[in-house]
Amino acid sequence: MKARIIVMPKKTVLDPQGKTVKHALESMNFRGIKDVRIGKFMEIELEGGNKAELQKKIDEACHKLLSNPVIEEYTFEIHE
Amino acid sequence: MKFGIVQFPGSNCDQDAYHALADVLGQPVRYIWHKDTTLGDVDCVVVPGGFSYGDYLRTGAIARFSPAMKAVMEHAKSGGLVLGICNGFQILCEAHLLPGALIRNRGLKLICEHVHLRVETIDSPFTSAARKGQVLRIPIAHGEGNYFAEPKVIEQLQREDRVLLRYCTKDGQITDAANPNGSLDNIAGICNETRNVFGLMPHPERACEKLLGSEDGRVILEGVLRMTVTAAP
Repeated sequence: MKARIIVMPKKTVLDPQGKTVKHALESMNFRGIKDVRIGKFMEIELEGGNKAELQKKIDEACHKLLSNPVIEEYTFEIHE
Repeated sequence: MKFGIVQFPGSNCDQDAYHALADVLGQPVRYIWHKDTTLGDVDCVVVPGGFSYGDYLRTGAIARFSPAMKAVMEHAKSGGLVLGICNGFQILCEAHLLPGALIRNRGLKLICEHVHLRVETIDSPFTSAARKGQVLRIPIAHGEGNYFAEPKVIEQLQREDRVLLRYCTKDGQITDAANPNGSLDNIAGICNETRNVFGLMPHPERACEKLLGSEDGRVILEGVLRMTVTAAP
């Protein structure tokens, strides 16, 4: 089993990386770009077990360590 | 005043802090290894700059869970002094000893230069030796020093007079041009509610001798020395 986690900067937080990449894409003539935000993708391999319990554990890990709730938000999925 | 300096794998300003406190100010100083579970009899803990645990995941995110930080948090809660410099400030924010977070500089670059800072309040041990409005010239060296917090937190910091230092011009004006990293409200350093925990991005320990181009950092460390030492529990 694997947990796939996406951590993104909150909308209210300035994302200087996203901004810079947006400018680079524009200077390469990629048109129609409204915004770019850059986050993190994490994959955690799990030994397996009860899915509801794993959900709870991963949620706790995301909240405590994998993201900083002051500046980031996260989503995750657990795959068989 | 007995000082302890926490050493994480990747700390690199620990020896600068040691030099400033022991050799320049003549204070007893000891290192605290990140795996230590107690701080011993130190009065003031310095969480130094560097790249603790390689800054993996986020700056300060891993260090915050080290055994030494658990002891630092207890020390802080019992009223002990804690000074977090640069990476140390980032760690204190991750540990929720201070509110907010330090995000990537708005220009994305790591900035290493002397900046000017205005002392916003002298109501803290760390600024008690300064004058209100005094302008200090102290170096910064960081890629992630852009202070962010929700508007209500910024308001609270302001209301409770907890912003100790702001980036300013040479003559003490708070302007956007004097803001090196995009920090909200030009914030360079803040303290906690009980004013015994202070985090700042600039490096006072690197500005304690004329030879290094500025002695202005001494005022911060000397403020700490003014504190009467309360016995640790």
